[in-house]
Amino acid sequence: MNSDPPIIKISKLNFSYNDNPVLENVNLEIVKGELASIVGPNGGGKTTLLKLILGLLKPVSGNLEIFGMTPAKARRRIGYMPQHAQLDPQFPISVLDVVLMGQMDLCDKGLFGGFPRQAATLAKEALAEVGLADHSQKSFSELSGGQRQRVLIARALCSEPELLLLDEPTSNIDPRSEENLYVTLTKLNRKMTILLVSHDLGFVSQIVKSVICVNRQVIIHPTSKIDGTIIKEIYGGDFNLIRHDHRCDHAGHSHHDPFSGNRENQVTD
Amino acid sequence: MDFFSALSNPENAFLRQSLLVGLFSSIAFGIIGTYVVSRRISYLAGAVSHSVLGGIGAVLWLKTIFQIEWLDPLYGALPAALVSAFIVGHFGHRSGKQREETMIGATWAIGMALGIIFVDMTPGYFDITSYLFGDILLVSIRDLQLIIALDLIIILFVGRFYHTLMAICFDEEFARLRGLKVDLFYQLLLGLTAVSVVLLIRVVGIVMVIAMLTLPAATAALYTRTLSGMMLLATVFSAVSIVGGIGISYSANLSSGPMIIVCAGVIYFFLAAIRKNE
Repeated sequence: MNSDPPIIKISKLNFSYNDNPVLENVNLEIVKGELASIVGPNGGGKTTLLKLILGLLKPVSGNLEIFGMTPAKARRRIGYMPQHAQLDPQFPISVLDVVLMGQMDLCDKGLFGGFPRQAATLAKEALAEVGLADHSQKSFSELSGGQRQRVLIARALCSEPELLLLDEPTSNIDPRSEENLYVTLTKLNRKMTILLVSHDLGFVSQIVKSVICVNRQVIIHPTSKIDGTIIKEIYGGDFNLIRHDHRCDHAGHSHHDPFSGNRENQVTD
Repeated sequence: MDFFSALSNPENAFLRQSLLVGLFSSIAFGIIGTYVVSRRISYLAGAVSHSVLGGIGAVLWLKTIFQIEWLDPLYGALPAALVSAFIVGHFGHRSGKQREETMIGATWAIGMALGIIFVDMTPGYFDITSYLFGDILLVSIRDLQLIIALDLIIILFVGRFYHTLMAICFDEEFARLRGLKVDLFYQLLLGLTAVSVVLLIRVVGIVMVIAMLTLPAATAALYTRTLSGMMLLATVFSAVSIVGGIGISYSANLSSGPMIIVCAGVIYFFLAAIRKNE
């Protein structure tokens, strides 16, 4: 860890949808170079947390600074991969055009619009980064789920981000693609800070440096302090339960089962 | 065929004019239809076109009651289409608080109802059939000029902002994150759709314009997987349907609007069946 100011700094943040609290009293700091996984049950607020960081949602109260700025101002430095299920798979668009969206700053400028060669070069580099260099002219709709996921990662990379946010990059992909994704993310992490939402605990233990547990409250665990047994303990092993009743001194948090009593929270994959 | 000999007959200038209107309409149908199909807003376009009857009715009523001679149905149709496109686009949008399909249904029916009420209130008899079902054989030289102007505006706008519009239609949230003016461009696209609907109503009418904004583009989508390819092919399929429809309706003495729709529909279902069995 270095002494740079954190690139994500969230303090006392609360968020609710129509009076239903989704996130409560969130305090989180992410430093440069982090590779962290956001885990937690469905509806626990994982995607909401990403959207708050992107400024797509506004907190009800509390403070949120990205690169020391408001999220809306920091956006251009953030690459984002949404869950690909929310896109229309029939939409007539080529892989290259999808990736070019990452460089919209360069596109449709000047008298005639279009995109400069520089943007196409960046897009092709990003595609090469995810191993799809020879797919640029294909249609997005004819790709497999895993390939589409990688195209969307390439689109996020195309904007040359300093912070990369990935929502469920491991859903819909086969084990071999998942292996490739580990390698790609580890390589990218040398250049940028990465936060990813994942259901996949195997993923968590293999490559990430920290685990951020999100279930209304947010708690960060450095993986260096978490071995297999503790992960099993966090997730309740075979019972698929999250229990936050462990202690962990490294990241400076210490807490007692905030979801006490009957509020054990099931992880549904 | 007697249609082609009729076309070359000097007395049939109206027929050549109709054919030109049809061919130039195809460009608007092809390009706007591509957005309507790929952005899945055909019901939105339907609501806009049906609301036009409200505007036309209001103008007919004003014109008769206050004896304003220069009032043209177009002056009612255009504002009605633009306002309804704005209402549905703004308040019924995904991010909006209202349910989109409810807004669409309401705009659709209320526009139609207002149109009929205004026509009822207007003294004298008005035949609204040509507005409902179109009559390309009655188009004027001014219709032709307006449609050519519309084509030019569409081509310039879509050419200049091709990637912006594509990004907004494909993934609005991401487009917003990359700093695009999503709401502005979405409203501009809907506005352009509304203007197109108004002018294209001359060809196939309020009730069926939605078919010409979807069938040629959907047929094109069977063969191409890019927006620009879809626009080109949809223009071709649209032109074929319109020329075929006018030809058959002239030869068989049947209504032109419905015949154009039938042509577009037959082409779509025939080619879709072939593509499915390939």
